[in-house]
Amino acid sequence: MGDVLVFAEHQQGKFPKSSLTAILAGQELAQKRGGKAVAVVASDNPDSLASELAKYGCAKVVALAHPALKNYLADAHAQALAALVKSSGAEYVLATATAMGKDLMPRLAARLGAPMASEIVAINEDGTLIRPMYAGNALATIEMDGPVKVVTVRATAFDAAKPADSPAPVEKVNAEIDGASARMQFVAFNQTKSDRPQLIEARIVVSGGRGLKSGDNFKTVLEPLVDEMGAAMGASRAAVDAGFVPNDLQVGQTGKVVAPELYVAVGISGAIQHLAGMKDSKVIAAINKDEEAPIFSVADYGLVADLFKAVPEMVQEVKKLKQS
Amino acid sequence: MKILVPVKRVPDPATTIRVLPDGSGIATDNVKWVINPFDEIAIEEALRIKEKQGSGEVVLAAVGQQSWQEQLRTGLAMGADRALLVRTDAALDTLAIARLLAKLAEDQKPDIIILGKQAIDDDSNQVGQMLAEMLGWPQATFASKVEFQDRKCTVVREVDGGLETIGFDLPAIVTTDLRLNEPRYASLPGIMKARKKELKEIPAESLGVDLTPKLKIKKLDPPPKRQAGRKVASVEELVQVLHNEAKVI
Repeated sequence: MGDVLVFAEHQQGKFPKSSLTAILAGQELAQKRGGKAVAVVASDNPDSLASELAKYGCAKVVALAHPALKNYLADAHAQALAALVKSSGAEYVLATATAMGKDLMPRLAARLGAPMASEIVAINEDGTLIRPMYAGNALATIEMDGPVKVVTVRATAFDAAKPADSPAPVEKVNAEIDGASARMQFVAFNQTKSDRPQLIEARIVVSGGRGLKSGDNFKTVLEPLVDEMGAAMGASRAAVDAGFVPNDLQVGQTGKVVAPELYVAVGISGAIQHLAGMKDSKVIAAINKDEEAPIFSVADYGLVADLFKAVPEMVQEVKKLKQS
Repeated sequence: MKILVPVKRVPDPATTIRVLPDGSGIATDNVKWVINPFDEIAIEEALRIKEKQGSGEVVLAAVGQQSWQEQLRTGLAMGADRALLVRTDAALDTLAIARLLAKLAEDQKPDIIILGKQAIDDDSNQVGQMLAEMLGWPQATFASKVEFQDRKCTVVREVDGGLETIGFDLPAIVTTDLRLNEPRYASLPGIMKARKKELKEIPAESLGVDLTPKLKIKKLDPPPKRQAGRKVASVEELVQVLHNEAKVI
């Protein structure tokens, strides 16, 4: 009882920070439930990934191996994990609420007949969990029944696991997957090319809204500031809806949730759905020409100004600061 | 092609949500109820598929109270052919909802089920994936493009860091993301016609599904309020305070 299986997602042979977040959250949950945390990696060839994962202080690493696990597909991964959960007797299965975690974990929960809590932000001492609802306007205390429970964690709500003194033992398991999973086929992945930091991992995020007026202005006005600050670029849903930028830049309730040290909101009015994605940032600065904009109600520092004048000026000021 | 579109009734996204003082729920006076925005995208996609193929049927489904008829009528006014309302007043968890929808799917035998990736009230993002597993069907979540060639379906998905394309044979489940389409408004003739379309109620208990929730919400709390800060007078001052006071640049 109380053991937690942590599904560690990998991308291009590496573990993103969000996977290390899952490990630390899994360790916290296991400790509060009196069990141990076991990290799981799934791949057609998981050996080197497993030894990397073993550095982060779990009781054990399970390397699930099967040719059908080469590319991520929900059906095959859910089958492999469900069989492992059953044979291991774990009480919880946990992953970070990335695109993959969100796709996989509910399918796994259904396969196990288990309840699932999505995007939790805290674990109480009594084992109840806290998760936001209604675009973050309510925090729900969740209680789950049954021998197995499934959980995803919000990446920004937990820290990342750090390397431990000694590596965990690795156990290789041949995954159980039936032929039916071949119904789903991976065709292609078109990666958005960018030298910028990843949105959910960046120390600074600069986001633009409908105030930018066009996709071209994102490029010519906002991007110089993003790059001068070494930041990741984000956008409001309004800017995505208007077709200025792709959806994977969307910060908000139905996009990405970020909590950087500094969040700069440019030409964003601050709809509830946007605030849901950034209000846990450490410091928020906002530039908007409408002094009544709701974004100013959460901003630590607000500047009422025309962004088309203020943003190029800010590029120069940041440049000066770096030179001084 | 027969398309099943499960929809949910949610508070209008523009509504300010307030938690009741006793933590038992949210204040629902003055709340305007609408179709979950992602489900509206699902209805639109279903209608476009039917229009493009020149034949087929779009069936709406919902699991909830009598009042949910309102949202189903709106979907019928958009152009869906008929609707099913699984009637219950009980608070169900996602597993129970997916089980009920799976029963409907077994009965209706759709070629594809399209639904929103998440409902904007509980933000769970679970039912589509659970339904896919219960039916043993492929799933394509967070879809931004859906294409067919006979019984083969190709979906472009919005994932972290780019776009993923997957392929599978029907029947299957697709959940919608924001950029899939822009939903139409119901036209006046559409609203008139919707009044005569079939809206069938099915008691939830009649479907023989275990409805006991395994997940319970013990209470709701309002989130901690973030204090508004102060206005600065110039870009120069903004950069200075971010550097000297907040020490973040």
